[in-house]
Amino acid sequence: MSRAAVAKTYKLYLGGAFVRSESGRTDPIGGVNVPRGSRKDIRDAVKAARAAAPGWAKKTAYNRGQVLYRFAEALESRSDGSDEYGEAVDLLVHYAGWTDKLAAVMGGVNPVAAPFLSFSSPEPTGVVAVLAPDRPDVLGLIREVAPALAAGNTVVAVVSRSSPLRPLDLGEVAGVSDIPGGVLNLISGRLDELLTPLCGHRDVNAIVDATSDDSVAATVDELAAETVKRVSRPTPYTDSLTRLEPLVELKTAWHPVGT
Amino acid sequence: MKWDYAPAPESRDAAPLKPRYDLFIGGKFVAPTDGTVVSTVNPATEEVLAEVAFAGPGDVARAVEAARAAAAGWAALPALERGKYLFRIARLIQERSRELAIVETLDGGKPIRESRDVDVPLAAAHFFSYAGWADKLSYAFAGRAHEPRGVVGQVVPWNFPLLMAAWKLAPALATGNTAVLKPAETTPLTALILAEIIEEAGLPDGVVNIVAGDGSAGAALVRSDVDKVAFTGSTAVGKEIQRALAGTGRGLTLELGGKSANIVFEDAALDQAVEGIIEGIFFNQGHVCCAGSRLLLQESVAEEVVRKLWARMERLRVGDPLDKNTDVGAINSAEQLARINDLVAAGEREGATRRSVACELPEQGYWFAPTLFLDVAPANRIAVEEIFGPVVSVTTFRSPAEAVERANNSAYGLAAGVWTDNGAKAFEVASKLRAGVVWQNTYNKFDPTAAFGGFKESGFGREGGPAGLAPYVRFAS
Repeated sequence: MSRAAVAKTYKLYLGGAFVRSESGRTDPIGGVNVPRGSRKDIRDAVKAARAAAPGWAKKTAYNRGQVLYRFAEALESRSDGSDEYGEAVDLLVHYAGWTDKLAAVMGGVNPVAAPFLSFSSPEPTGVVAVLAPDRPDVLGLIREVAPALAAGNTVVAVVSRSSPLRPLDLGEVAGVSDIPGGVLNLISGRLDELLTPLCGHRDVNAIVDATSDDSVAATVDELAAETVKRVSRPTPYTDSLTRLEPLVELKTAWHPVGT
Repeated sequence: MKWDYAPAPESRDAAPLKPRYDLFIGGKFVAPTDGTVVSTVNPATEEVLAEVAFAGPGDVARAVEAARAAAAGWAALPALERGKYLFRIARLIQERSRELAIVETLDGGKPIRESRDVDVPLAAAHFFSYAGWADKLSYAFAGRAHEPRGVVGQVVPWNFPLLMAAWKLAPALATGNTAVLKPAETTPLTALILAEIIEEAGLPDGVVNIVAGDGSAGAALVRSDVDKVAFTGSTAVGKEIQRALAGTGRGLTLELGGKSANIVFEDAALDQAVEGIIEGIFFNQGHVCCAGSRLLLQESVAEEVVRKLWARMERLRVGDPLDKNTDVGAINSAEQLARINDLVAAGEREGATRRSVACELPEQGYWFAPTLFLDVAPANRIAVEEIFGPVVSVTTFRSPAEAVERANNSAYGLAAGVWTDNGAKAFEVASKLRAGVVWQNTYNKFDPTAAFGGFKESGFGREGGPAGLAPYVRFAS
């Protein structure tokens, strides 16, 4: 008698937990019922991301690098051997090494014309909404999520609409990678339903729109304008520093020197 | 005790104004074809200073065309040559510094002490500093391949007309862009003198175009065929611009409003802190986006600080902006005065205790006496909305954690001040504040090498330093 495989129920990765959509809805994709995330799921995810933000931002850059590297290790062991997984792992390794270089590359001491210690250093912008491309489903997601996490932000990502299964599996990889609950949240569903609650959310600070969809761009930008969110539109070829820049805030501190 | 001071007025002779200033398009001063000519007035006296041509939509389009025509040539210029033009501008600003300071004060109402010692020197310093970046861009961009965006449209506010023009133009030109700059409706004169300087510096025609105008000219400029928009002004207008550019792919940086917290701990040098509070809120009559308008005092020293602050406020000299001893000048416009009055009335209505300095204000012009609000609740309009006037609201806190929480409890995140003699505490609090600039034991310090800009609804992008260059280029990808 042949063995029956254990069918997997795919779930959202939200606040460090694997949950069904609050709406109870699913969409059949590739013969599997995939959770169809709702407005409430987005709200829950942003709330979790906001709650996790101070802790993640406060970790040392060294520690964040270790966690991202651990993510790479965990993904490597789940790799299907394809180029896509290999590239995704390599990207995680690359950004793991960015965490403690950002300040040196983007900031520094400002030689002001007065007796002050003035320096500028990058800080995370806060909660980042990621609209991942439809494909490549895994690499496309990692490419946008890794810089946001490396810069110390927490993330709410809408994964590939056409092939959400492998991206949702990344939650399981993240979950064993010491990424604290709430730092990375993965939601599947329909973009037309999720765009407004996510990009219009007052507690989201920046949006990475990697959909390459012109019809989405105008809507995203208009929603962003309500609370002056930063919007970036990286292409697959955008270099890593150009990805990182819109996800940090440069803070300049001044302190008198001498009397 | 009442002190009388002999007047010490700066002479107006060093700044002869022309009867009329035209639009500067394509390297020439030209009359508006569909715009109008309006008077610009001295807010301290309501006297007409000069006639100024305001651009209509057609004039704005002509300016953008001129900038477009000049773009390729300017971008192709060897970088050191581009830099040399900027050095020339810096030098000419220094040469005409006295004239610029006087006009800045006449047109805007700020004390001559400030326009002379802050606005004009800093404007020259920005051109000087960015001139030197022109041939060092590959270092600023960490080796990334880059190119100018093309034509940039820049809209600047009325509070620092010359300085904001310098902040905007210097990095745009250094990176190889051409520009159309629109100065503010009420304070166009120094930007138009800057146009004369640019003409004198021999910049190629069309590289810089300066068109005065009202909000409709600004709206026309940001909606025109420019490659990047840079705006400094109110958050409300900034949101409109972000919306207007939605889906266009054009570059955008916004320097918007603020409601900055100035936090005084019990272990601060209080007399020094009081000077910093004064500097934070009465500099330029509080017409400063990063003004320290929310004063947070640690409960144990609140009474003492308020007593010292009030004593200091009573000695502020309010009046003739051209007088070298004036501390607080005129409110920039009748419209701004009305806004201040409206918010202050709301503060009183909502139960805060108002104290305004009993100074004699001139009969002509727009004036507002330095004002302090006590018993302010965090939700009061005066504690939440940007007043942009010489009005400070005081609240108290008990612990550093509470101070940080209150300071961060704002939609804005532009700047903050921290006053303490404990260095570790100063840096710890600074690191927790969600603000783009944190001044520790000082306030309102600016420098072309130091990045300036906000978190949250105070806008995005930075001006100053290498960070100020990035928004003006496109990185190859």
